[in-house]
Amino acid sequence: MAALTVNVVSADQQVWSGEAAQVTARTVEGEIGILPGHEPLLAVLASGQVRVRQAGGAVVEATAEDGFLSVENDTVTIVARNAALV
Amino acid sequence: MGAQLRVYRQRIRSAQTTKKVTRAMELISASRIQKAQARMAASGPYSRAVTRAVSAVATFSNVDHVLTTEPESIDRAAIVLFTSDRGLNGAFSSNVLKAGEELATLLRSQGKEVVYYLVGRKAAAYFTFRQRGSEQSWTGNTDQPEFATAKEIGDAVVSKFLTDSAEGGVDEIHVVYNRFISMVTQTPEVVRLLPLEVVEGIEQPEENAILPLYEFEPDPENVLDALLPVYIESRLFNAMLQSAASEHAARQKAMKAASDNADTLIRDYTRLANNARQSEITQQISEIVGGADALSSAKKH
Repeated sequence: MAALTVNVVSADQQVWSGEAAQVTARTVEGEIGILPGHEPLLAVLASGQVRVRQAGGAVVEATAEDGFLSVENDTVTIVARNAALV
Repeated sequence: MGAQLRVYRQRIRSAQTTKKVTRAMELISASRIQKAQARMAASGPYSRAVTRAVSAVATFSNVDHVLTTEPESIDRAAIVLFTSDRGLNGAFSSNVLKAGEELATLLRSQGKEVVYYLVGRKAAAYFTFRQRGSEQSWTGNTDQPEFATAKEIGDAVVSKFLTDSAEGGVDEIHVVYNRFISMVTQTPEVVRLLPLEVVEGIEQPEENAILPLYEFEPDPENVLDALLPVYIESRLFNAMLQSAASEHAARQKAMKAASDNADTLIRDYTRLANNARQSEITQQISEIVGGADALSSAKKH
């Protein structure tokens, strides 16, 4: 199965980047889960947690405020003014 | 000690003291450039990601948004000038002010009114001295810019941009800042921020390519609404970081030149002082010899 390439960036630095199997985030319309092969998407994030599940099952959690989620060709980018790992 | 010699020694001491100060400033700037460059690099992923997102919406949706469409007539333009808080950095601030003046002249010749937003104490002082008004100014920590300041500036200009020009709003926003090219080269750069021209990272779809069908959540208008202020902020923050790195580089260069000049001065004055001392000694010897001659010839007679 293809993997997602995930980047979490905040205004002044790259917070996290790596491969993942699934990304879960909260947009203004509700929770969204992204698996490999997702259609291109650009969503406005509500402030809250972003969970990145890696292939091994380990979960990376980050908080993101004022951000966006973009998906394109199995590349997930989470852009937030303030973002930090939990 | 002769008077001339004393004057030279005094000048040498004064040049040495100045050199100590300029050398210290040069070293401080040199160490801060590294940090400023690192911050520039660290903010890279964010601005790249934001730019990509903006170009995605601009390319893959056909929404007409107030921030992207060219207004029919432009009555008023805003210029944001990024200068430094402190001087002693060569032509750093005056380059930006000069480029700003040129831009203002151009805009006025097109029949536009110009309003200014100033960043840095030098720009504020330049405008106060000439008793010219500015819309708003931000001073303090231009050498270590914070994202919060970029957000403030962004909020101010975007809200002004969204106001109707009849009610004092602006139709165009330009920024002028020093772009950091290398440690020795920084050039003033003029960029039109709004209406939007996404220049970097735009991916033109090929003629017959099937465009990926982007899904927008909640909808393209709302995404653009939320995305564009962020884009403007990231561009402004980038300009501030570039300007900060350029400021340190310009200061280092100016202070290096000052230290070198102090060296030259010290060398020249040391030579003059040696000359003065030598001629003083020569004069004293000839006085002694002359005196002894006069005495011995007086004895003979």
